[in-house]
Amino acid sequence: MSKIETDLSPEIQLEMLKTMLKIRYFEMTAGSLYKRGLLKGGVHACIGQEAIPVGISAHLRTDDYITSTHRGHGHHIAKGADVKRLMAELMGKETGYCKGRGGSMHVAAFEVGSLGAFPIVAAGVPCAVGAAFSMMHQGKDQVAVAYFGDGALGQGTIYEAFNLASVLKLPVVFVCENNCFAVSTRTEATVALKDIPSFAASFGFTGVRENGQDVLNVYKTARAAITRARENQGPTLLYFDTYRFEGHYFGEPEIYRTREEVQKSRDELDPIDIFSAYLLDAGMMNKQSRDEIEISARAEIEEAIEFAKQSPDPNPEEFAKYVYA
Amino acid sequence: MSTREQGTSPRKLSYLLAIREAMQEEMRRDKNVILLGEDVARHGGGFGVSKELWEEFGDAQVRNTPISENCLAGMALGAAMTGCRPILEFMFMDFSALAIDQICNEAAKVSYMYGGQTNAPIVFRCPQGGLSYKSAGAHHSQSLEAWYAHIPGLKVVFPATPYDAKGLLKAAIRDPNPVVYIEHKALYSTEGLVPEEEYLIPIGKADIKRSGNQATIIAAGYMLQYALEAAQNLAIEGIEVEVIDPRTLNPMDEDCIFTSIRKTHRVVLVQEACRSGGVAAEWGMRINEACFDWLDAPITRVAGADVPIPYAQSLENKVWPNPTQIVDVVKNACYFK
Repeated sequence: MSKIETDLSPEIQLEMLKTMLKIRYFEMTAGSLYKRGLLKGGVHACIGQEAIPVGISAHLRTDDYITSTHRGHGHHIAKGADVKRLMAELMGKETGYCKGRGGSMHVAAFEVGSLGAFPIVAAGVPCAVGAAFSMMHQGKDQVAVAYFGDGALGQGTIYEAFNLASVLKLPVVFVCENNCFAVSTRTEATVALKDIPSFAASFGFTGVRENGQDVLNVYKTARAAITRARENQGPTLLYFDTYRFEGHYFGEPEIYRTREEVQKSRDELDPIDIFSAYLLDAGMMNKQSRDEIEISARAEIEEAIEFAKQSPDPNPEEFAKYVYA
Repeated sequence: MSTREQGTSPRKLSYLLAIREAMQEEMRRDKNVILLGEDVARHGGGFGVSKELWEEFGDAQVRNTPISENCLAGMALGAAMTGCRPILEFMFMDFSALAIDQICNEAAKVSYMYGGQTNAPIVFRCPQGGLSYKSAGAHHSQSLEAWYAHIPGLKVVFPATPYDAKGLLKAAIRDPNPVVYIEHKALYSTEGLVPEEEYLIPIGKADIKRSGNQATIIAAGYMLQYALEAAQNLAIEGIEVEVIDPRTLNPMDEDCIFTSIRKTHRVVLVQEACRSGGVAAEWGMRINEACFDWLDAPITRVAGADVPIPYAQSLENKVWPNPTQIVDVVKNACYFK
């Protein structure tokens, strides 16, 4: 249960819980659709990691930018993306955000500031740096958030991006979601970086390492980073420890961890349970209103599936549309 | 020299100054046109192309960057998707290899994979090639246009004259797509007429640089100079060749090329890049598909050798194509003894 004090109104906190539930049901639904063969390709769920984008997005405006990853549905839903168009994209439909050209791993929602999911793990980070540069150049106060996983810390581009953002003092926030695994390999086997504050300080900016399971802790941690970016005080690295409850993708064999380990994490680290317990304890909701939020979140996802199922496939004759603008 | 190159007030300009002038005009027209790259500010870039621009436009539009090619290409992409029109100078095209992920996996694809929600108006300026730019060795002399011509979503242009260099760069900066703009280092000091008044050269249009009816030579970049030299020598021997400068490598101007070949019935392709997998192979295949019945001789090519570019001049000279080779291959194509 969270012990964080927050300035957020009860209404906003309940809305954050609902967004986390929407992400959860979106991902669970994607999993069952995948098992039934209704989704193809690689679908990577962020179940267990919902608190991070929801806590970050509570500070963001619609016109702020994010870059996302292959595990990006949560980033998009938290940023305000329409779950109907998101689900339609996963199903490869013309009504999807990317008109079925992108799919789960290459979704983008420009109407809410998502510059896209980049499944090449560090590749979105320089793009966020570029958006931040662009805002600085144009004298605008929008900020950019780059989401990436612990796996991205193995790609050199990310260190180029840290350096460049610091040198140019750009309004960007780097958000690392350490979910303990890069596909099947534990973080400690691939990432030497441990001391985030001193690492970031050596690049000339602030870095913190925090628990990413408590949405209010994420929110609190992100405040200073977003403010710094908004006030053109340069970048920040936020490194959140989290845990991936599902496999790397749906259908992945997960031979690298025990069921017991996963169950223990689900029991102890579930960000929705943690936040719900807090909201119940604080009297901001009761069991009945909790159920109502859950029903309403589920209903939005059900509606999204129905919308996606009813939507047309892209016209095969238009396979080459959008290659060039 | 055609009238279009004289305009109403012609003056001689080097290829280098033509490129600079294109950037300068576009940066004055639109303050969101920004030049990024290693040493592009006061130093003027690797070859002095952008000299004096920083003095006029300052950090706002001319920005020195770290030596981080992949991140720079990604940064250009993020800026392009949010209202800027970046020009990114790679000091040498060889260094663009570090940025292939961002150029080919990201910038080339964002329009398509995001279903037209966005586009990436970026110009990647790439000085390439060797020849009179001598003894730079394996990492500063390559011709890598085929890498980028292979990728859907990218446009690739390769001007050979100051007039084309200026008009194509202005068109590239205004194009809504990522454009790989290749500059030949050995052409920087060459001069030609460039009108004072504004003009653009459409991307995707080839240009007939010399008319003839007995064979067609297709040659871009510095190879155009060799092709024209060969054409002059062939004319002395009574063979009139048409020389086509594709100017744009992707999309290819098939109409111009096919029309010429249906007139001359013979074609020789010239590329400075090493032979295997080069743009000449693509030209040749398309010609074969569309013009086979018009051909009176096999399609042949003159190309660089399939070796890394050596340092010693005795070796280097052996690697590049030369005008004599072009003359010989054209004579063969014409069954001329």
